[in-house]
Order: sequence, then C-alpha cells, then structure tokens
Amino acid sequence: MMALLDEIDRRIINALQGGFPICPAPFAAAAETIGIGQDDLLQRLQRMRAGGLLSRFGPMYHAEKLGGALTLAAMAVPEDRFETVAAQVNAHQEVAHNYAREHHLNMWFVLATEQGARIGEVLAEIEAETGLTVFNMPKREEFFIGLRFEA
Amino acid sequence: MIEIDDKDHQLLTRLADGLPLVPRPYAEIGGPLDLSEGEVIARLRRLLAGGVIRRLGLIVRHHELGYRANAMAVWDVPDDKVDALGAKLAAYDFVTLCYRRRRQLPHWPYNLFAMVHGKARARVLTQIDQLNDQVGLRALPRQVLFSNKRYKQSAARFGTGLAKAG
Repeated sequence: MMALLDEIDRRIINALQGGFPICPAPFAAAAETIGIGQDDLLQRLQRMRAGGLLSRFGPMYHAEKLGGALTLAAMAVPEDRFETVAAQVNAHQEVAHNYAREHHLNMWFVLATEQGARIGEVLAEIEAETGLTVFNMPKREEFFIGLRFEA
Repeated sequence: MIEIDDKDHQLLTRLADGLPLVPRPYAEIGGPLDLSEGEVIARLRRLLAGGVIRRLGLIVRHHELGYRANAMAVWDVPDDKVDALGAKLAAYDFVTLCYRRRRQLPHWPYNLFAMVHGKARARVLTQIDQLNDQVGLRALPRQVLFSNKRYKQSAARFGTGLAKAG
C-alpha cells in the first residue's frame, strides 16, 4: 500500500485531514490549493479509499454534542481466551475500536453509543458474556484530539 | 450547545459514511433530503462552527499509512496538576490524542492519557522520554502500553450511524 503512494498522494493526505471547504465545488477548491486538477484529486481519493488507506472522506462528529457518548474500557483477558473474547466484544456494534495492549489489562476498546445510558448497559452485557470485569475509564477532560497523521 | 433540528439529523446521518467523491457533493447529499445545495452548505457551516462536526476531510487508517507503533502513555497525576500538564502535552506535535480519564482504583491509578502514534517503537519511546523530561512527568507513576494488534477499527457507529468518531 505505502509503496503505491506518490508525492502528490502524500500532499493530499497531509493537506486534507480537516479543513475541507464547504462551498459548491469543494474538490475543485481543494485541488487548486494542492496544485492539481479536480479530476486528478477525485481519482486519487477514490483509489486511496478503495485501497483501504482512507477510512472515509467525511466528518468526524462530536458525540456528546449529538447526545451520544464515548468511553474507553479495558479488560484483563487470559491469553488463551483472547481471540474468543475479542470476537464477543467486537460483536457489539457500539465497539468502535479494539486494540490488544502490552499490560495486565490487555484489551482496550472504545465504545460509542447514541445515548449516554447505553454505555453502562453494553459494558454490563460484555461482562455477562465474558465473565470478565470491564474497567470503564470515561473521559473527564479533553486536552487534544488532533489525530492527524503525516504521510 | 447549538440546536440541531430534524433536518440537521438527517443530514448528519447521510453524511456519516462520507461525502460522495463528485464535483458537487453537497448538492448530491441534499437531493434525497429535499435540501438545496445552498441549504446543505449553510447547515454544515453552522454545524462545523458549533463544533458538532469536529472536522471534515479525509480520515486515514493509520496502520495502512505505516503507523504501527501505537503507544498509550499514562501517568498518575495529582488532580490539581492534571489540567496544566495535559495542556502542555497537547502542545507536542507527536501527541495525537490527550485526555484526562477516570481512574479505576486500585487496578488502574492513571488519569492522564496521551497517544503517540509512530512508525518505529524506538522513536516513540524517545518521544515519550522527551515528554517525561520536558513536561516534568518523570517522577510520577507512569506506564507505556503499546498496542501489538488491532482487532477493530471502524468509524464509531451510533445505531443510526448518526455520529462518528475516529
């Protein structure tokens, strides 16, 4: 995948992680800023999306302002059950991300729900299904959510 | 908190999976909702200004971009110091996310979380060392948790697909 990115692809990735124009012809405006043509930009975005490099071209929403909720939770999963428990956890559509980490608490997942009360319900369901304790570590304050990656 | 009406909700739901990659995407998004291109643009500008849309643009799958050394650095910071230290961490360009979170005593004493995504583990550890030294975190209880496998990375699905996070 990486080898297929040329210098223009990198410029696109670095320029367009946010700040996309909201005007009638936004791709034309963005292409002009990058110094390429609109058709070239659209084709490259389509290729990167099809190749799995882009999760999507669109919005990142503020869950709480939409009445939703997010949390980070962790579990200590016995190694021999890890794959099974990962499948049980991921089966919940509210689980957005799930990473194995090197720690006694070795499974870390992000839960996103449409309503705040649902967080506790899903965590309780996961505890019931797996028989493992879920440690809930909701956000208290946000210092930075840049999450941008240089190509 | 800005008001979000039904049309806004419909628009956000439709937008959640991404903009169509066409020359006039806002017109195309508005069509089925009976919203003109101009109305879509006005609503989206308002939702962006109000912070309901945090950002609009491309969202990469960072693993595929080569960011595979993904560290969660955590510290146990006294509650009266955490705001100032969190703000300092947030200023480093290699810190991709920074939060204060609830502790889970006695299992988890850490309340300050910073993510550092990098391409090589050694480089990420050097960067976290830099944070410890320059922000004055070295003396605090702390840990670095690398992720060695991703089991799921989807856009956060809020039932209707109404809201999406990373």
